[in-house]
Amino acid sequence: MLAHAIFFYFFSIIAIFSAILVVVSRNTVHAVFFLILDFISIACLFIMIGAEFLGMMMLIVYVGAVAVLFLFVVMLMNVSEQKLSWFRGSRKSNHIPIGLFVSVIILLELIVVVGGWSYRDTFTETKFLNFDQKITNTHSIGNVMYTDYIHLFQISGIILLLSMIGAIVLTYRQRVGIKKQSYLKQISREREESVKLVDVEFNKGINLDD
Amino acid sequence: MEFIYTIYNETYKILLLLIPILVSVALIVWFDRRVWAFVQRRKGPNVVGPLGLLQTVADALKYIFKEIVIPASANKLVFILAPIVTMTLALSAWAVIPLSERIVISDINVGILYIFAISSLGVYGIIMGGWASNSKYPFLGAIRSAAQMVSYEVSIGIIIINVLLCVGSLNLKDIVIAQEKLWFIIPLFPMFVIYFISALAETNRPPFDLPEAEAELVAGYQTEYSGMMYAMFWLGEYANILLMCALGSILFLGGWLSPVDIYPFNAIPGVFWMIIKILLLFFMFAIIKAIVPRYRYDQLMRLGWKIFLPFSLLYVVLTASFLIYFDLLPNKGI
Repeated sequence: MLAHAIFFYFFSIIAIFSAILVVVSRNTVHAVFFLILDFISIACLFIMIGAEFLGMMMLIVYVGAVAVLFLFVVMLMNVSEQKLSWFRGSRKSNHIPIGLFVSVIILLELIVVVGGWSYRDTFTETKFLNFDQKITNTHSIGNVMYTDYIHLFQISGIILLLSMIGAIVLTYRQRVGIKKQSYLKQISREREESVKLVDVEFNKGINLDD
Repeated sequence: MEFIYTIYNETYKILLLLIPILVSVALIVWFDRRVWAFVQRRKGPNVVGPLGLLQTVADALKYIFKEIVIPASANKLVFILAPIVTMTLALSAWAVIPLSERIVISDINVGILYIFAISSLGVYGIIMGGWASNSKYPFLGAIRSAAQMVSYEVSIGIIIINVLLCVGSLNLKDIVIAQEKLWFIIPLFPMFVIYFISALAETNRPPFDLPEAEAELVAGYQTEYSGMMYAMFWLGEYANILLMCALGSILFLGGWLSPVDIYPFNAIPGVFWMIIKILLLFFMFAIIKAIVPRYRYDQLMRLGWKIFLPFSLLYVVLTASFLIYFDLLPNKGI
């Protein structure tokens, strides 16, 4: 149990500190790396409470895909060094009041939610969640997700698909005048149609139409 | 006291797996170069040690004694972390690979997801190396490689779904045991081919070695690395290739099972068969390196997204409908 506690505090401290560093680090690429560290330590915490499927999904989806995209955006947009100009007051920025407004609202909401939390004193002996030790939690998640919540599950899938199609439609543009290579055309080219022998008269040259 | 005993026991087990893997990585590099040389009718490394077996050791010693150069404008911490991340991830995925029924460090229920997660983290070593070098070629190489790995991971994931439909468990041991009657390479042969090609792309092997295409990008993300740090990238890459071969033999070639279940074959310990299968797959990797020209980048992306992804999705539907129609779905009770 001691080892368990040590590992729990280890991962939680890393999670909290990297979450703080995401916000305060000047270099945005470093911020994304700290975000990744945060995701990884949260996945470790999931694994420690026995939710190994959730932990692995966290790693695959957030670290393996979402954070890579963040990293791409940050690297390609060349915003790596934030100068923090508003902080020194050299330039007036109108982001600050809006940001403060939104964050105050979020803080209030969090206070309301945490304040209205009703703690069950017999949390460890929850009766309506019947755990079968023989069934792995992958199976039990599947059992719930594909039976009771199948409609919600499919609707969320459709929403994701729609947003993907929307993103493709928004970014797709038909470009004219570009050369495209068709591999079928390239490999089906025969000698007969591409090479021909021409007798050229002396001092006349030849007119190639192409 | 029990705690210390556990730590001692686990460390012992880990070292017992890790050291053979590092040694076999060294040997596999030699094997790769030998195969490559024989295809081109050369001799390959044959001077250091018997048959040149110690060539990789000599190379490693050379790398250790070389100076580590860190570029002046590089981001030092990330620059140093990148090869460490690559190597660590490549080796840590081996924790769940069962080499035989009993030889496995941790037999977890979500083994295949663990391997998939670790291999999807592998892209960070490359991006970090490319970005921290603060130079053109490494950055271009890193971007290419990240796009390539992310694209081919999708098709590998769907191929794994195909296999999981036939198994009904995410545990790697269960995957092997489910193949006792029939190896999955027979019903899922197209998936095996796609897995093999995607594994080539995932590990940046030729013909998909665009991230380090030496004609265009010098050495891609490794350009600024030298000495031991370069060697760590290199070892991590080969450990990843071995891992992909091991995963391929577990998913499709029946892991530690013997090819025929009759007496003299099934008496041989399973590790032997596992190693034979890994070597067979690696031999195919090495041959392909020698005989196939490099892909162009748009061809690579077209292959991944327009051919492999739709085809493997279609195969998922086919497999699922076949299993339901003939009532062969595993684990119906749960």
